[in-house]
Amino acid sequence: MNTRTIKVDYLARVEGEGGLHVKVKNDRVVDVKLKIFEPPRFFEAFLRGRSFTEAPDITARICGICPVAYQMSSVHAMERALGVTVGGQLRELRRLLYCGEWIESHVLHAYMLHTPDFLGYPDAIQMAKVYPEVVKNGLLLKKIGNEIVTLVGGREIHPINVRVGGFYKVPNKRQLLELGEKLTLARKLAEDMVRFTAGLPFPEFEQDYEFVALRHPNEYPYNEGRLVSNKGVDIDISDYENTFAEEHVAHSTALHSVIKGKGSYFVGPLARFNLNFDKLPTDIQALAHEVGAKPPVLNPFKSIVVRSLETLYACHEALRIIEAYEMPEQPVVDVRPRAGTGWGCTEAPRGILYHRYTLDANGLILDAKIIPPTSQNQKTIENDLWHFVERAADLPDDRLTWQCEQAVRNYDPCISCSVHFLKVNIERE
Amino acid sequence: MPRDHKPKLAVWKFASCDGCQLSLLDCEDELLAVAGAIEIAYFPEATRSVVRGPYDVSLVEGSITTPHDAERIHQIRKSSKFLVTIGACATAGGIQALRNFKDVNSYVKAVYATPAYIETLEKSTPIADHVFVDFQLRGCPVNKYQLVEVLSAYLNGRKPNTPSYSVCVECKQRGTVCVMVAHGTPCLGPVTHAGCGALCPAYNRGCYGCFGPMETPNTAALGEWWRKLGVSAPDIVRAFRSFNAYADAFRKESEVYEHPNYQG
Repeated sequence: MNTRTIKVDYLARVEGEGGLHVKVKNDRVVDVKLKIFEPPRFFEAFLRGRSFTEAPDITARICGICPVAYQMSSVHAMERALGVTVGGQLRELRRLLYCGEWIESHVLHAYMLHTPDFLGYPDAIQMAKVYPEVVKNGLLLKKIGNEIVTLVGGREIHPINVRVGGFYKVPNKRQLLELGEKLTLARKLAEDMVRFTAGLPFPEFEQDYEFVALRHPNEYPYNEGRLVSNKGVDIDISDYENTFAEEHVAHSTALHSVIKGKGSYFVGPLARFNLNFDKLPTDIQALAHEVGAKPPVLNPFKSIVVRSLETLYACHEALRIIEAYEMPEQPVVDVRPRAGTGWGCTEAPRGILYHRYTLDANGLILDAKIIPPTSQNQKTIENDLWHFVERAADLPDDRLTWQCEQAVRNYDPCISCSVHFLKVNIERE
Repeated sequence: MPRDHKPKLAVWKFASCDGCQLSLLDCEDELLAVAGAIEIAYFPEATRSVVRGPYDVSLVEGSITTPHDAERIHQIRKSSKFLVTIGACATAGGIQALRNFKDVNSYVKAVYATPAYIETLEKSTPIADHVFVDFQLRGCPVNKYQLVEVLSAYLNGRKPNTPSYSVCVECKQRGTVCVMVAHGTPCLGPVTHAGCGALCPAYNRGCYGCFGPMETPNTAALGEWWRKLGVSAPDIVRAFRSFNAYADAFRKESEVYEHPNYQG
């Protein structure tokens, strides 16, 4: 009998701590475990008794890679609980801030963490010796994304300017126009990124997924919309917990999410793109067609192309917001505490991020629920590995191990977040 | 100092959000130059290649919260010439140290359906509670320019130049009008370690202390000022209990306002 174990004790180029264990018996996969050993930090527990005003700053600390996502989901949940709507230019500024995070996070992942897999380098720094322009342009594009976050948010990691009801201070038109000049360059760099990533070699691998993303009547989704899927989900976000469930498994400190009565689902760039392609500007649709990314894209390895298209969209959208911007008179709308429950669900770079809070009459948090994108993808990642290893079982162990890591990185897993999430370990029998 | 090899850098993670080590990748203008001057020997967030120790400089992010991590940090200390902690988790226990004020078992039950699967310590503690630390860089997150300064200092055999005064000094340097004096906005700036460049007051909000206490802060006097501004005792407790809740000065001041004999 021929048993083979592929294991990666500490998965690299992902954010946070996790591993992977795959057991193969006579070329059949018999077990796949995505192990998450990121130590639990208990955010939902210590949020109890904190003020609603503190949630954006505290929950940002769940993830240093996508703090804006945590701030956005928390402010929307609080505003819904408190019966407040933030519209006009303040809403646009939130969207602009999110554009910055999408650019920064997508470029970090696509160029620095994922491309080295496709080209066979251990990291972007080694890759830079052969592809110096690619890496330099990537760093420049990422920097411009960070500059958006810094201007609107105050700093790139854990922004200080976001509050329930709006901002502490809003930028003036001139500051945004200066950023606009850089974004014109960024848009060009993002177009190059789309063409470059579309030319990478992709393993043949397509699966029948249930994609879940926000959908908004007028725009490619960031902060608002209904939750929809390609297989019948169409709900208000307040129905999230009636539709999705979390399971606690022994090998992970992250909870696994499923669609009740159905099972695994897929969130993130591929899901957004496949469900919202019609909301992209026509020139970006045309470029997607030109580079062969026609929806539905069912090969998760091509997520890097979609991430690049979304980066281009974020540059386009940021420019649109900047050109139309008129500085609002007040940086924040009036917010008063009251008892109630609110839901927030926004599109983090890696997929939907759900928050739910119940507040008392003084605005103190009685109960908090936070479901990050990576824990929602965890079961889908395991399924992918299951099918991928069977197909690629003839590869030598070192090659197979690397491709398994690459398959996990398709999802840009953010393990720090999923704590509430990697080692690859392939065992052959 | 002549070297026969590039100095080896390792980056280690404990309980944290990854933001402080991400600061290194956020040095877009400096990253390739830094990578040229050193050998990145262990940095799993950035590379899958691993070079064996010992290491010249180890950057440690995150706090100690599991029995396994309490062991692991000793191995890292043994294999490191200089050990530098980066960020509020590693230097003060982080936001996850809020468990230190409660019963951690109630926290496990609040988050996880099967608490038996979870292995955690009662307290989240800073690295210096476990091993000797050569230098502590503050911030939630750290300031990336200070991070480059610290790396550069240790690689060149000198002390890092990171001022230990309060955020107030940075406001003056920046020309920001005092938000507490001019607008009556409660601000932790007078007791908070510099390093952020006094960001929050420049955005019309009070400092919320993410760089932790400065050396010998007068937290008692600041607490009284906050009371005069009409801040309630529970709000003062919460203000001192955030990202550096378990740093001595902030912890003690928060306990004053929570004490049953406190007369507010």
